Amino acid sequence: MLDGRARRILGGVARVPGVPGGLLALLLLVVGPLVVALTAGTAAADSSGPGAGASTTVCAPGVLGGPPTSGAGVTSIFGADSPPAESIRHLAWLVLGICAAIFVVVEALLFVAVVRFRRRKREAALAGEPEPTQLYGSNPIELAWTVVPLLIVFVLGLVTIRTIREVQLTEPPEGALRVQVIGHQWWWEYRFPDELGNGREVVTANELVVPVGRPVWLELESADVIHSWWVPRLAGKTDCIPGRTNVTWFKARRPGLYLGQCAEYCGTQHANMLLRVTAVEPDAFREWLEQQASPAVVDPAVDEGRRLFAGFACLNCHAIDGVSAGMFGPNLTHLASRETIGSGILPLTRDTLRAWIDDPQKLKIGCNMPSLKLDDRELDLITDYLLTLR
Amino acid sequence: MSTLSTGHGASTPAGGGSVPDTRRPGAARDSGRVDLMARLHEWTVTVDHKRLGILYVASGLFFFVIAGIQATLMRLQLVVPVNDFLTPDTFNRLFTMHGTTMVFLVGMPVLLGIANFLVPLMIGARDMAFPRLNAFGFWLFLFGGLLLYYSYIGSAGLYGAGSTPDAGWFMYAPLTTRSFSRGNATDYWILGIMVSGFGSMTTAVNLVATIFSMRCPGMTLMRMPLLVWMMIVVAVLILAVMPVLTAAQVMLLFDRSLGAHFFNPQQEGSALLWQHLFWFFGHPEVYILILPAFGFISEIIPVFSRKVIFGYPLMVAATVAICFISLGVWAHHMFVAGLSPFLNALFAASTFLISVPTGIKIFNWIGTMWGGRIRFDVPMLFATGFLALFVFGGLTGIMLAVVPFDWQLSDTYFVVGHFHYVLIGGTLFGIFGAIFYWFPKAFGCKLDERLGKWTFWIFLIGFTLTFFPMHISGMLGMPRRIYTYQPDRGWELWNLISTIGVPLQIAGVSILVWNIIRTLRRGEPCGDDPWDAWTLEWATTSPPPEWNFHEVPVCTSRRPLWDRKHPEDPDEHYE
Ligand code: HEM
Ligand SMILES: [Cu+2]
Repeated sequence: MLDGRARRILGGVARVPGVPGGLLALLLLVVGPLVVALTAGTAAADSSGPGAGASTTVCAPGVLGGPPTSGAGVTSIFGADSPPAESIRHLAWLVLGICAAIFVVVEALLFVAVVRFRRRKREAALAGEPEPTQLYGSNPIELAWTVVPLLIVFVLGLVTIRTIREVQLTEPPEGALRVQVIGHQWWWEYRFPDELGNGREVVTANELVVPVGRPVWLELESADVIHSWWVPRLAGKTDCIPGRTNVTWFKARRPGLYLGQCAEYCGTQHANMLLRVTAVEPDAFREWLEQQASPAVVDPAVDEGRRLFAGFACLNCHAIDGVSAGMFGPNLTHLASRETIGSGILPLTRDTLRAWIDDPQKLKIGCNMPSLKLDDRELDLITDYLLTLR
Repeated sequence: MSTLSTGHGASTPAGGGSVPDTRRPGAARDSGRVDLMARLHEWTVTVDHKRLGILYVASGLFFFVIAGIQATLMRLQLVVPVNDFLTPDTFNRLFTMHGTTMVFLVGMPVLLGIANFLVPLMIGARDMAFPRLNAFGFWLFLFGGLLLYYSYIGSAGLYGAGSTPDAGWFMYAPLTTRSFSRGNATDYWILGIMVSGFGSMTTAVNLVATIFSMRCPGMTLMRMPLLVWMMIVVAVLILAVMPVLTAAQVMLLFDRSLGAHFFNPQQEGSALLWQHLFWFFGHPEVYILILPAFGFISEIIPVFSRKVIFGYPLMVAATVAICFISLGVWAHHMFVAGLSPFLNALFAASTFLISVPTGIKIFNWIGTMWGGRIRFDVPMLFATGFLALFVFGGLTGIMLAVVPFDWQLSDTYFVVGHFHYVLIGGTLFGIFGAIFYWFPKAFGCKLDERLGKWTFWIFLIGFTLTFFPMHISGMLGMPRRIYTYQPDRGWELWNLISTIGVPLQIAGVSILVWNIIRTLRRGEPCGDDPWDAWTLEWATTSPPPEWNFHEVPVCTSRRPLWDRKHPEDPDEHYE
């Protein structure tokens, strides 16, 4: 099939002489890391590091208490623990395999060409050297390397389409829990519309709690700019675009803490727009939801704190059931039942909460909450009040 | 056929040697002190395509250094988690200016500058079709760049200190609308890039006109050097998509200044419209950045392998195919925006398709090396490095086209790694190769080979250290454009390695800059055709006279100088 000239030249592959150091280095630089890459993902997913600050939580709630279980802190896409992420992991290994194979073949060809056809003689000795055989092209060879890539790409296309159909649902799965996710600069709002069937909508912020083993159907919106909801071990990311509702879903397989963060650049504090999803057993979830749906705690012992909160600008931005109705910042009705503040950058303790109210700009520079210049007494009173909001 | 004037010693201008050639290094010393002001004047009013080309490259390198400093600062900030070396706003401005500068003020002008320098020479023309327009284009580009950088001083106007654009190089609405981007930083981005975009468009018009109407006798379209083919495709792409960007920028300006609401969802505008318009420009733009580099190595590889390019007609076909397909892949930047499954599949398919002609090219280049007698001079080193790294960048690109995989990878450091492999491993290596290859043509002497090899190896190692780990941190869940990150996510090591690569890259580039300065000051003349090459630009003197050729060359095949050097076995028999 090949013409004589092409065959002669292809014959050169068989004879590869000694490998010069520089070229070996080149190959190592390119191939070595690939090997590392292919192994790194799984390794990281297996090690269960300490949860990001969760163990220092003193105000952590009853229902979710205890340190997070498996693999907290890990956000590797290979640590998938939910059907969409698992489908993608499958596909990822396949694609990585195919691409690694192509990579090795092409780099090897290049490597052989470089080593085999390198001119070794010194410049001076070359003056009258004849030019090598000129090969203008070869139809069979060129046809081969047009058709083979087309075939590979065709196969990739098929598996891609299959996985898209598996992962991207347009209707909620059977019995799914519906959650509205609203991205804000730089925190998350979650709404459970009437899950309890008593007409009460549950509103919370930054920490999403879901039942294990039940599909969760997210309706993603944005209150300002584009954000992207991404918890790698649960599902791929989907943008929250103002003026539009996108949807995505996941189903946590095991109880535990799943971390992620906003994946679409959304301004100053994009980096600190973290995501936390806690998966709990269905009973615990129900308990949590009922607690979140209950009215705000009113503890006479911290009455003065409540009055201060309602008297300062806090109420313009934050809602507390029965105290204030602000919508600009996170709903604080059950603040003390959360594990973190500042969309997950700090554990919720008395100290961090007090420091946050004192000067949020110190802990999260540029965030949309101003420092209200309270004095020490006011800070203590408001903090004590907020800590009763379980 | 024998009217070609080539070879050494043919450097006397047609006028009989009375014109002193001040561009040759050492000429200044020979002819006594040349008045600096006179020379500056000469360079500012020049309409010579070669000088404009050099000006483009020089200003591009200047912006390259600035954008490099910005990148260094960013890597320093990310060397450890929860670092407070930079404030978030500073960091956000840095990555915005870095990206914008690298794409619009380094990539485009350097590539267009080299095209400016080479295309007329390669097709045997005296100059570009519209020399004055050519000069106008250059000054528009430079002015646009300076306007963008003026935002460091001017953009907060009377309200206080300056602030530069901070919404990323793709400037997604509504983050760029008035409500979320106050001050004038975004307006500086729009106007600066728009002005330099006009510059690119004039250059593109000029290239099209030049290539179609000014080829020397015998230079049919199918005899043009591949670089010229790539440049015509680039020019056509620029003309097809830059106006779309300009239109989108005007619309955004209307939103911001006149209360229009194309992109503002709070007033029924569409946030996705900006993405569609931007990426309709933005994806072809990355081909605009890579195709010229393809062109460079398509010239370098044959000469240093001593072989004719393998499969010329297929290379041309692949280039034209890339041109068309690239206009239909933009939505692969929007796989996470919630498009329908059908659209996602469609754009995945078109993206897969575009990888085929790209793959063909890679095989043809390797095919060209195969059976050759390869000389590893510095240009060839960079061309080989290009191949090795571009294959990697291309394959990670295919992974990103696998839509569900992209749902995990898009907007992560994986993407940052991917496009730097393409843009540095591809475009920049192509540019470095081109600089080493054509430097003798522009200035009459070779850059130092030993320093060149140091540049190559140090830069390659630094590059790999910096950008390879990013693929891993991306797969471990690290989003891009974050000014800081949490500890305990398994990202620390990879970020540390990434930052360690940076000083090596700086060293590599510094050696290159030193090499250029040193050679300009005291390089040894190297003759007109130092690489024993085959295309027409080597048929004139180095540096060429202002009118390029003493006699209009005649082209007999794809390798006119081969025919001349091998009269017994000319190319035309095989084409
Ligand atoms: C003394 C009054 C205030 C108190 C006690 C207070 C308390 C808090 C707390 C505890 C959080 C963290 C919530 C969480 O992470 O779930 C928070 C976040 C926030 N607050 Fe306030 N707040 C006050 C005033 C305000 C005001 C006046 C605004 C609006 C101008 C505001 C806007 C915000 C925003 C936008 C966030 C989210 C910040 C981010 O994570 O990026 N707050 N506030
Ligand atoms: Cu965000």
